[in-house]
Amino acid sequence: MKRIISVLMENAPGALSRIVGLFSQRGFNIDSLNVSDTDDPSLSRLTIATVADDKVNEQIIKQMNKLIDVLKVTDLTESAHVERELMLVKVVANSEATRSEIIRNVDIFRAKVLDVDATNYTLELTGAKEKLDAFIATLSHNATIIESARTGICGLARGERALTAK
Amino acid sequence: MKMMSGAAMVVQTLNDLGVKHVFGYPGGAVLDIYDALFAQDEVKHVLVRHEQAAAHMADGYARATGITGTVLVTSGPGATNTLTGIATAYMDSIPMVVLSGQVPSQHIGEDAFQETDMVGCSRPIVKHSFLVKRAVDIPKAIAQAYYIANSGRPGPVVVDLPKDIVNVAETHPYEFPSDVTMRSYKPVTKGNNKQIRKAINAMMEAKRPVLYVGGGAIAAQAEGEVTELAEKLGCPVTCTLMGLGAFSGVHEQFIGMLGMHGTVEANKTMHNSDCIIALGARFDDRVTNNVDKFCPSANIIHVDIDPASISKTVNAHIPVVGSIEVVVKEFLEELANEDLSKQTEKQADWWEQINAWRAQKCLSYNQDTQVIKPQKVIESLYKHTNGEAYVSSDVGQHQMFAALYYPFAKPRRWINSGGLGTMGFGLPAAMGVQFAHPEATSVVVTGDGSIQMNIQELSTCLQYNLPIKIISLNNRALGMVRQWQDMIYKGRHSHSYMDSMPDFVKLAEAYGHVGIKVDSLDELDEAMARCFAEKERLVFMDIAVDQNEHVYPMQIKYGAMDEMRLSKTERT
Repeated sequence: MKRIISVLMENAPGALSRIVGLFSQRGFNIDSLNVSDTDDPSLSRLTIATVADDKVNEQIIKQMNKLIDVLKVTDLTESAHVERELMLVKVVANSEATRSEIIRNVDIFRAKVLDVDATNYTLELTGAKEKLDAFIATLSHNATIIESARTGICGLARGERALTAK
Repeated sequence: MKMMSGAAMVVQTLNDLGVKHVFGYPGGAVLDIYDALFAQDEVKHVLVRHEQAAAHMADGYARATGITGTVLVTSGPGATNTLTGIATAYMDSIPMVVLSGQVPSQHIGEDAFQETDMVGCSRPIVKHSFLVKRAVDIPKAIAQAYYIANSGRPGPVVVDLPKDIVNVAETHPYEFPSDVTMRSYKPVTKGNNKQIRKAINAMMEAKRPVLYVGGGAIAAQAEGEVTELAEKLGCPVTCTLMGLGAFSGVHEQFIGMLGMHGTVEANKTMHNSDCIIALGARFDDRVTNNVDKFCPSANIIHVDIDPASISKTVNAHIPVVGSIEVVVKEFLEELANEDLSKQTEKQADWWEQINAWRAQKCLSYNQDTQVIKPQKVIESLYKHTNGEAYVSSDVGQHQMFAALYYPFAKPRRWINSGGLGTMGFGLPAAMGVQFAHPEATSVVVTGDGSIQMNIQELSTCLQYNLPIKIISLNNRALGMVRQWQDMIYKGRHSHSYMDSMPDFVKLAEAYGHVGIKVDSLDELDEAMARCFAEKERLVFMDIAVDQNEHVYPMQIKYGAMDEMRLSKTERT
């Protein structure tokens, strides 16, 4: 089952390597990993997308909680939450026909053209993972994809539930 | 505020923390710290012959006392040599702090001479680690390392110290940290009330209860509470390899060690129990055998300080997170309100069954021979030490024989590498024990394979006059490997024997110790007496034991707990 696990940890050197190390050491999967500091610069927030059954998921959460640098861990998929991912994708746009087809796709998916040059476009799209997957699939029918980069899933619980240092 | 160098701060912090012994080996990156050690007498340094042994000594010291063991090594090879020792401590939850030197900050990442990423190398086998960047941070990092190492579920902590921050030429204000707590680390000790109530109800309903006690009970110094609980419930008690001594091995309710080489009565009791009360044990694969067949009718109460140990392999019906000492005290308070007068009556059939299993005498062995049986040696050792020695063990058949044939009446007397199974652990561990308890009898039970993995420490033993007694069960083979090859590989002894065994007596003598060779059964008792009469010196007993002996009982792979081989020809 797909899980989105959110982790609040000290923004300390080596802290991230402990998380990543834990996953490889214990044979857990990481589908995507998103990490950055937060509104409080002493804290880092990680969002990890993984596929795990209940037993493995329980171990992932418990083992991460055991890491000294980790303050809190929560499984966002257990309740209502919002999730977003950002993708940049560079496509070949060297003819009038492909350019207009790309723009049509951009409009339909509410993407943005970030950069343009003589032969290619760089596009930006934000959304749930599935939307990004669909955009890539559609785009690849109509244009040649040169490269793409995705941030991985980032999420927060809906409503009052929150992961804070308190 | 007192001004001092980073190196002096390291030593001062250790002193302020009450550290008495440091096991280590000098080298380039830690010369400043060694210079600071030289200037004082409070913190005693023990010079080892190999850094791996330093870690095992600190480990043995910690196991025998509960006090965090301390290691000091240089960067690069000094640091990496400790890794096996760190992993050993990690697997058995032993509190240890390893101070490792590091190349100067400005050279980190340049592949400088004797540079290793020690924090990276040790990451999967430490509870936590610190790379200290500024001299002023040294006291807090070290104090936090000790706090982390010996709170919650204990474990090893590495503190990596770049050479520039310990420079003796620069001084900084020293302040011992008043507070070492961390917002991200808050170990739980007290159990949840609801869970405790549920556990009590399950205990009271049980007709076939058993206490399954692990190393967590020893780490929590909970032997008193565990004994009281066992006596109140009147139920059988089994201990894991790591838990031996947490409940007295000579107590009437003790049914022996459980698991792969557990007794018939322990494994059958577990398998047939309707309520397993697990205290600080982690349902390790060497205990459970096939988890799918594990104890089918048992309601499992699992008390552990580490939530990640609960339901990791075997699902717990009633998990209780907390320190064994605190939670069992809470159990006892609750039990005070229960009617315990019917416990004996309720368990009458259960004990009758258990006593029938006991009557099978699964630990009996062929005594009708002139060959020295390894079991006989352990029994003789027990007799000559009145069962009161600190017994450190290496890893292999001798380890299992010691665990099964030397009952421990007290905790912290049985010192062995249970989780990692580190050959070469025994001798240095026994040295750590001897430093912790200079007056006690510190014994190593080892074999001809294991002893050669850290034999260089015989030199350290002479330097510090450690009167350790080495009981080497010499079967001219790697016994446990050979046993598996006999059982699973049709007796093909691939690389499990050595044709070039040294003369251990001469070897011991070359290191300045006493060596005694025992070849025949008639000599055993007298030789053992001679060994323990030698109070001031190390004695190396090289005892030729039966090469073909196997350790039994032995669980049958993929089977349930109670499926065991009882000898080369019999099974349950």
